[in-house]
Amino acid sequence: MSAKHTVTSLVLAGAVSTALATLASAAPLSKAEADAAVAAKKEKCFGVALKGQNDCAAGPGTTCQGTSTVDYQGNAWKFVKGGTCTSIELPGGKKGSLKPI
Amino acid sequence: MPPEPGLCFAASFAPALLDPARSTPELVTGPNGKAAGRRYDVYRNNVTVSLIDALAAIYPAVQRITGVDFFRAMARLHVRSNPPTSPLLFEYGRDFPDFIEAYEHAQDLPWLGDVARLERAWLDAYHAADAIPLSPARLSAVTPDRLADLVFIPHPAARCLRSNYAAVTIFAANRDDAPIMRIDASTPEDALITRGEFDVAVRRLPPGGAVFAHHLMSGRPLGEAAAAALEAASEFDIAANIAGLIEAGAFTSLCCGDPS
Repeated sequence: MSAKHTVTSLVLAGAVSTALATLASAAPLSKAEADAAVAAKKEKCFGVALKGQNDCAAGPGTTCQGTSTVDYQGNAWKFVKGGTCTSIELPGGKKGSLKPI
Repeated sequence: MPPEPGLCFAASFAPALLDPARSTPELVTGPNGKAAGRRYDVYRNNVTVSLIDALAAIYPAVQRITGVDFFRAMARLHVRSNPPTSPLLFEYGRDFPDFIEAYEHAQDLPWLGDVARLERAWLDAYHAADAIPLSPARLSAVTPDRLADLVFIPHPAARCLRSNYAAVTIFAANRDDAPIMRIDASTPEDALITRGEFDVAVRRLPPGGAVFAHHLMSGRPLGEAAAAALEAASEFDIAANIAGLIEAGAFTSLCCGDPS
């Protein structure tokens, strides 16, 4: 309404009306229907995305290897990327390098 | 008051866990007072490996993009310099995206930090409080003269992220094991992350959409948000963006803003 809005109430009313028409075509559920749909679903299982992290994960072939004093950070091959990054390009042909940097 | 004995023990036991250059704490001994360096190394290893595994579980797309060896080497450096501050493992690694962005060996993947931010937002949306998304009927009950000052209350799971790169496309292509096509990383993309019910959804926002969503989600009124979005992108479609945000479940309710 006030002059500070460069988007007038009329424009907003038209936009909201169009938005509601768009949403109505998707037949939104009433709250009762939505509640019923939620109740029908299985209860959400928290933490599924992070499964397994409470295990003793000491590496392959053993439950507990005492190897952490071996520090691999100086090995150059660890810095060679081997994943999907070569499919992701930036202009100028710059992309994930398969060679050690 | 003296500290609890358990805390004293932890204060001596813990510091060398993430630093392989430090020797085994003196209070750790084997039977008959023998040295117990190898026993202590088991703890060292498990702490480091479990934290790297936590990062791999939170950032699976980053790991797929870089490959496992590169990811674990990068994650190990992060783990060593950033021990957890919360006992909740899913809270770990919040600063990993910033670390990736500064990591010298990832400089040729400048979009990787934003992909990591998306993965973090995905997990935050997953763990956010449940709430029933806004029903369109609520909006239709608002009289036209109140629309400009209308304020939308954001859903606890809703997030909006902007990227100078094609972070959403790269994220989506790498969150599962499906083969990936060539991706041009140079197209800027903005993301809306929501969880209306059980499943987190990540959507790419149209031009101006992120400015609009960000304004509304920060509690700015509808008129101001629409004006800012139009300023950011002249092709901004108000109706499509209102419908899109409501359909995605970005809000829970409406509120009349300060009428002044």
